[in-house]
Amino acid sequence: MGTDPIFRTAGSIPDWARANLFSSWPNALLTIGIVYVLWQALPSLVNWAFIEAVWHAPDSKACRAASGGGACWAFVAEKHRFILFGTYPFDQHWRPALACIVLVALWSVSALRAFWKWWLALVWTGGLAVIALLMWGGAFGLPYVENERWGGLILTLLLTSFGLAFAFPLAILLALARRSTMPALQGLAVGFIELVRGVPLISLLFMASVMLPLFLPAGVTIDKLLRAQIALILFAAAYLAEVVRGGLQAIPAGQYEAADALGFSYWRKTLLVVLPQALRVSIPPLVNSFIAFFKDTSLVLIIGLFDLLSTIKVSLTEPAWTGFGVEAYLFASLIYFAFCYSMSRYSQNLERGLAKAEEGRRR
Amino acid sequence: MKLSFGDPRFRALVYQAAAIGAALFVAWYLVSNTLANLEARRIASGFAFLGREAGFEIGETSSIAYSAADSYLRALAVGLANTFRVALIGIVAATVLGTVIGLTRLSRNWLVAKLAAAYVEFIRNVPLLVQLFFWYVLITENLPPPRAALEPLPGVYLTNRGVYLPVPAAHPAYLWMLVTFVAGIVSAMLFARWAARRQALTGRRPPMLEIALALVIVPPALVFLAAGAPTAIDVPRLSGFNFTGGMTFTPEFAALTGGLVIYTAAFIAEIVRAGILAIHYGQFEAAHALGLRRSLTMRLVVLPQALRVIVPPMTSQYLNLTKNSSLAVAIGYPDLVSIANTAMNQTGQAVEGIIIIMAVYLSISLSISAFMNWYNARIALQR
Repeated sequence: MGTDPIFRTAGSIPDWARANLFSSWPNALLTIGIVYVLWQALPSLVNWAFIEAVWHAPDSKACRAASGGGACWAFVAEKHRFILFGTYPFDQHWRPALACIVLVALWSVSALRAFWKWWLALVWTGGLAVIALLMWGGAFGLPYVENERWGGLILTLLLTSFGLAFAFPLAILLALARRSTMPALQGLAVGFIELVRGVPLISLLFMASVMLPLFLPAGVTIDKLLRAQIALILFAAAYLAEVVRGGLQAIPAGQYEAADALGFSYWRKTLLVVLPQALRVSIPPLVNSFIAFFKDTSLVLIIGLFDLLSTIKVSLTEPAWTGFGVEAYLFASLIYFAFCYSMSRYSQNLERGLAKAEEGRRR
Repeated sequence: MKLSFGDPRFRALVYQAAAIGAALFVAWYLVSNTLANLEARRIASGFAFLGREAGFEIGETSSIAYSAADSYLRALAVGLANTFRVALIGIVAATVLGTVIGLTRLSRNWLVAKLAAAYVEFIRNVPLLVQLFFWYVLITENLPPPRAALEPLPGVYLTNRGVYLPVPAAHPAYLWMLVTFVAGIVSAMLFARWAARRQALTGRRPPMLEIALALVIVPPALVFLAAGAPTAIDVPRLSGFNFTGGMTFTPEFAALTGGLVIYTAAFIAEIVRAGILAIHYGQFEAAHALGLRRSLTMRLVVLPQALRVIVPPMTSQYLNLTKNSSLAVAIGYPDLVSIANTAMNQTGQAVEGIIIIMAVYLSISLSISAFMNWYNARIALQR
């Protein structure tokens, strides 16, 4: 296999530069050109973002006056509570904050290979129950907060976590059905997966927001958040199902045959032999799908839910703070980037670790 | 087959009948509820509303003439044309940019490779919608008004009302140049097939490159000269508060297309890089050992193998770009989804509107995948 270029790391700085920056005439010219462009662009960028930026200001006028053409981060400082927690009652903000911490802890625990046991499902059930209690309240002296008031970062994390937690089992069933030898099951699974994957997520969200109320008998209503969550679950299930199917296809036929030879029933074979191996293979691509899904939850803005991006956009519509869109969306990018980049690094490390473990087992 | 649950074939039949029964029941339940609800709300179902007058203006009607007095059907056609416009320009530009960045990541120059890697990592890990909003506010809030327009290149103007480019003024000769150009490409391809046959028969190879270039370039050049070499350029000019003339990209179009291209290019770059890394060193060495020239090594050995790895994920990126163009609704570019959304809000025909959106995207998806499956089968390994 070919490899990425391996850069010389040993030796003195001039040696390093000669090998990696000035190895040939075109390379040297390229390096000089890029350094020149960076030299031109970077100082004004640093100036804008840090040196002339305003970090605290009572209102937007002061911010505009105080900054000599720098960024106005005071917008973020002023609005951070709304951006993180939406319209949740102000004195109760510790509850969504704690829920965020529990969620991140759940994800971190699931990332450790020592915890890849069946009881992780129990941990998740318990964790999600605690979060639901924290967010809704109505017990243990916590005042009840209806979910129209949930918003901000916690809503983005909740939509992602609940979406994946429900989509994952559904995806496994869909993948098994698609690989099944029964034509009717296979047909239903293929139809569902291809339908969902063939249309944009927005059309599913529109469907959830305007068509789902029509689907239900008169008198039964589900609120907007739940409707969007259902659409997101179905969307994620279709994509995850294809990843799981990839894992199922990677299992050698000998494994199926060996399980059959032992006289295992379909479910014993699937649960004890096939799935443990297939899921292990598909974890890195699954994490990539999780990242894509995390980013896709930002689309709920279009049907009027107050997720992270939406609270940022709403903050900008306040007349006093219009015109700071660049700062606001850069801040949004940084939050999303922090989550996605750490997940993607984790996935790369995991891939390497699993490959090494696989090699060790073969030996 | 025994009629007992112990027989696997009987069991399979029972399961399948149950699954189909459940699916049919759910479908019947949803449809009957919907019909009852529509009746209760006195909404007439059906697509008759498409013939009615739309009554709203559309900001961008590039290829289909449209006014508010036209029908909903025509409005949707304008939206579909706008979707195709973004998707086509986006796919071409994202492929070019993505390929360049993918190759750049493999550069031996440390600075270049790291910059490309940083681009890919940052762009891939931020949601497209955030990026679209960012480009949109960057254009509408941070670029100067037309009177103080930025002019990075002569004749190119960047303003908060859009981007203006100079284009060659319309001239009938250009159409004929295009016709002769296409004819040149077709004849060059025919010539290449004849040359390959001749080489197989006689071992002699006619001068390919020179003749092909001549076939493609000379006829359009002759047309150009025969028409008196029209070089008039339509340069955008400030008149009143805005620019006229030249080619205009609205802020919505520029933000949407630019955002989609920058986002998709990061994914394409990774695909191109993976495709090239997948080729074994031995392949290059074997081609050299056979005495193939470098260009032939690329064309006959490396590219066919790399394309086999690249084409399937590339297809799904093209599909993603087309589906992602539906985010236009968030920044107000009148694509199909955004116009269907307006029509749904005006008429209350939500079910029909969503069926139209889904049907259009499904047919686009299925036809692109059908084409790519055909192409894939054509370039697949022949065993």
